Amino acid sequence: MDIDNIKKEFPIFDNKVQNNDLVYLDSANSSQKPRVVIDRIYDFYSKEFSNVGRSVHYLAVAATNLYENTRTSVQRYINAKDKNEIVFTKGATEAINLVANTFGQKYLEEGDEVLLTELEHHSNYVPWHFLRNSKKIKIEFAEINEAGEITIEAIKNKITSKTKIISVTHLSNVTGAILPIKEIVELAHSKNIPVLVDGCQGAPHLKLDMQELDCDFYAISGHKMYGPTGIGVLYAKKKWLDDLPPYQGGGGMINEVKKTGISYGELPNKYEAGTMATAQVIAFNESIKFMEKVGIENIEKHEKELLNYGLDILGKNNSIKIVGNPKNKGGVISFTIEGVHPHDIATILDEDGVAIRAGHHCCQILHEKLKLPATARASFGIYNTKDDIDQLSQSIENCKKIFNI
Amino acid sequence: MDLKELYQEIILDHGKNPRNLRKTENFNKDAKGHNPLCGDNVHVYLKLNENKKVEDISFEGHGCAISMASASIMTDLVKGKEEAEVKEIVNDFLDMIKEKEELQNKILNEDEKTKLMCLSGVKQYPMRVKCATLSWHTLTSAIDDFQNIVNTES
Repeated sequence: MDIDNIKKEFPIFDNKVQNNDLVYLDSANSSQKPRVVIDRIYDFYSKEFSNVGRSVHYLAVAATNLYENTRTSVQRYINAKDKNEIVFTKGATEAINLVANTFGQKYLEEGDEVLLTELEHHSNYVPWHFLRNSKKIKIEFAEINEAGEITIEAIKNKITSKTKIISVTHLSNVTGAILPIKEIVELAHSKNIPVLVDGCQGAPHLKLDMQELDCDFYAISGHKMYGPTGIGVLYAKKKWLDDLPPYQGGGGMINEVKKTGISYGELPNKYEAGTMATAQVIAFNESIKFMEKVGIENIEKHEKELLNYGLDILGKNNSIKIVGNPKNKGGVISFTIEGVHPHDIATILDEDGVAIRAGHHCCQILHEKLKLPATARASFGIYNTKDDIDQLSQSIENCKKIFNI
Repeated sequence: MDLKELYQEIILDHGKNPRNLRKTENFNKDAKGHNPLCGDNVHVYLKLNENKKVEDISFEGHGCAISMASASIMTDLVKGKEEAEVKEIVNDFLDMIKEKEELQNKILNEDEKTKLMCLSGVKQYPMRVKCATLSWHTLTSAIDDFQNIVNTES
């Protein structure tokens, strides 16, 4: 696989950032976009634009077909049984909110428990927290071990007769831990508990097969998969989408509207109220095709190589502490430097064109547990090279120099 | 942009060894500040005497070199000043960080102004301005007896 050629497909790297080549190590936050995705948005708006699903004119029919083609591509990409199990949302956050809201409405009562983990991003905690207030539910957190992983035992320890749903990340955006989803689902299903997987970091980096994972819900973020912002996917088993109430009301999601009552539309319209992010959905198809062309196995392999190289280089540096040491780890390295606050690291690295993230990465629960107010994080995408990691390492040295370490 | 301007020796020194990083005994005013984007926290304690003069000021918290240095320099400069003077210094500093070239107040002497101007490098780093201003907003809130936690996002 020729990374240089793949990198050339991303126009952002043609430009200098403050006179430096861009070393983009913030893909866990959001990935850069290949030209095919950017062009698709331009082409759709310039040549093919119309709203979908409503009018019968030529452009409306063509736009509807393009929109539905993305649904088919997502179905293929994650191996869902039915294309109607794919619901478009504005992001993974909305996908999780959709489940928390509708499942909560129908199935959660006072005293019921929702089981999360200490690794969760705020987007897989706050939506459930709303139900603490409205439904008086309890939220439990499966605890991480010293490596920053969630084991099947950690989940088992927190399941009680009150546990009504388990909602866990596929891949931690801080420690990089990949969770044993298949085992968690098997365990949960043996107790009739459904499982939601926050796939924000899973979908861009791991091969997905909904039949194999067998989870009930899987939330996907488009912009972390080389796709546009404003688009996400909720995969849900059809039985749930048939069973749960609609999330938002509006045009497009209804069957019949009368003064005396309303009946709702069939899937997938039931969950797609109002005009959706049409251009973004259509361009998201190009991201999926791009990832299929590169091959998810190649992506996994490349990012694993980068990870091992990065862990090796940074691991040799005595001033650096790497956060977490999971056996099964994705392309994320969070670290601290003794005596330099992560925000200062990020500012100094930025001066060399090295873009990392610093802060709590929307995981305050985890940082509290780790007793770290903040960490610095380098995360990888398909366009990264070993040179990027060498530059990271060199800029860290500069950082130490400034702070006299 | 120039990193040397941001991370001047005096900033690094105050960042590493912050002055007045403790809790004032018998404080009569205090406030908490929080930057939700980065998780920085600061708690400012004030002891005003009967003449509304700052008898002691201190802070607790954690944050980057810029935020720690800013809080440290702030506490150094307002100690011994009267409440109205403190407010004038705070507003002058915030104006300088936002837009003005120089400090305008006549309360601080030239040495003190030079020290404070070391923080002006942050102007070139818009994302870091909040690091430099958090403790100052928190000081205002302590003086004004606000009950709410200062939040850089509101």
